[in-house]
Amino acid sequence: MSNNNAHSNLIIAQRTVKQLRVEANVRRIKVSQACADLKNFCLQNASRDPLLMGVPSSDNPFRPPKSCSLF
Amino acid sequence: MSQDPLEGCRISAGKKSAVSLGKALHPPNLLVVVEGTCGACVAASPVSAPEGSCSYNVAHHHLCVCVRVCMAWQGLQKGETLASLKQESENLRRKLEEERGKLTDVELHQVAEKVETVAALSIKTRRVLKGHGNKVLSMDWCKDKRRLVSSSQDGKVIVWDAFTLNKEHGITLPCTWVMACAYAPSGCAVACGGLDNKCSVVPLSLDRNENVTAKKKSVAMHTNYVSGCSFTNSDMQLLTSSGDGTCALWDVESGQLLQSFHGHTADVLSLDLAPSETGNTFVSGGCDMKANVWDMRSGQNIQSFDNHQSDINCVKYYPSGDAFASASDDATCRFYDLRADREVAVYQKDSIIFGASSVDFSLSGRLLFAGYNDYTINVWDVLKGTRVSVLFGHENRVSRVRVSPDGTALCSASWDNTLRVSRT
Repeated sequence: MSNNNAHSNLIIAQRTVKQLRVEANVRRIKVSQACADLKNFCLQNASRDPLLMGVPSSDNPFRPPKSCSLF
Repeated sequence: MSQDPLEGCRISAGKKSAVSLGKALHPPNLLVVVEGTCGACVAASPVSAPEGSCSYNVAHHHLCVCVRVCMAWQGLQKGETLASLKQESENLRRKLEEERGKLTDVELHQVAEKVETVAALSIKTRRVLKGHGNKVLSMDWCKDKRRLVSSSQDGKVIVWDAFTLNKEHGITLPCTWVMACAYAPSGCAVACGGLDNKCSVVPLSLDRNENVTAKKKSVAMHTNYVSGCSFTNSDMQLLTSSGDGTCALWDVESGQLLQSFHGHTADVLSLDLAPSETGNTFVSGGCDMKANVWDMRSGQNIQSFDNHQSDINCVKYYPSGDAFASASDDATCRFYDLRADREVAVYQKDSIIFGASSVDFSLSGRLLFAGYNDYTINVWDVLKGTRVSVLFGHENRVSRVRVSPDGTALCSASWDNTLRVSRT
């Protein structure tokens, strides 16, 4: 590729500029709005999050096995 | 291309042993790069063609040259030079930062100030999966929330039942370092790949005696190692990331390449698909320190984030699909909002100096589990940016952490040859 360095650099530069134009035109919303939505999602789903809230022992298939007593 | 691409080109002889030429043609606008050797001296040897190019053999004035037609590009506009393009890209980058900055009116942890802190977690290791003979590099949960697949440096891929610790299937690959594995949505197959530069799909049989390895089918072919793989919404399509700097979408049945994703300038180490409700995008992260968001249909890179200061080892979408997190060798994990198009949080501590290898969110997205090269898993409060807990237990680097599909368990894979399943 040593002969074509100049041409590859040109192609790379063209692609970079084209990509940056695409990225610059992305529609954005305010960070405050975006963060508020993230916070609300967390809070709405918090009660359904087992690792956050914990599960009652009876539902936990991974609970330490209890020994059986026979009468 | 019916038109002879060399029409109107002048081939000028350069050094004795090589000829080079570049010329823009109108139309179609193709940059023709010619290279080869003089036919009188040595026979031309074709250069391996990159995607989108083809090679011709042309005899011209005793010169036998190989023509490599590069991807179509727009001919240079008037006054455009390498320098002007570089200047324009600098200006665009600055404009991008400005635009992003204008919308930054508050930080995430400020928005979360009034939110209750997370109560102390009591997550403990409930199962230790032993059986791999070497470092466990990757794992994935099955949608049935109890099975999982893991792959190792020893070339083996094992399907486990996490409740009973039963090893249901063992697949042997001819290569070592199986860096990627994924469970199919149906639960009927697994995909795996690594140093063999391929990603193969193995259908799982209910018959315990059947040799599953024999039914292995190569689907993806890259020119360097496969670092990550994921099925899309069905068993029919597979998305892969590779050390060759690209990601690719494949049809499992035919092995055909459906779409390729170019843009990373170094190895791609990780990918994650957006949760199904939010459409056809995925995020990838790599050694070029960039996290890129892609449109699966067009192959276009729609957003890019370059906040990390070292390789990005893992990327994972937030459960709502509007954000994603990344883990990097720079010892930080970062959180990016896609609609605000910027990084909104950095999870770091002075005491954490080892690289983070893997991240995953809890079901509500409040907790971020991150595995590190110092053998620990740090649990971060996503909203407040603080560390909630540290999970110990592994005796070597943590290579992958994944929360189960129903959010009840966390599985961690490690270079200590084991996997651990942890729960509250």
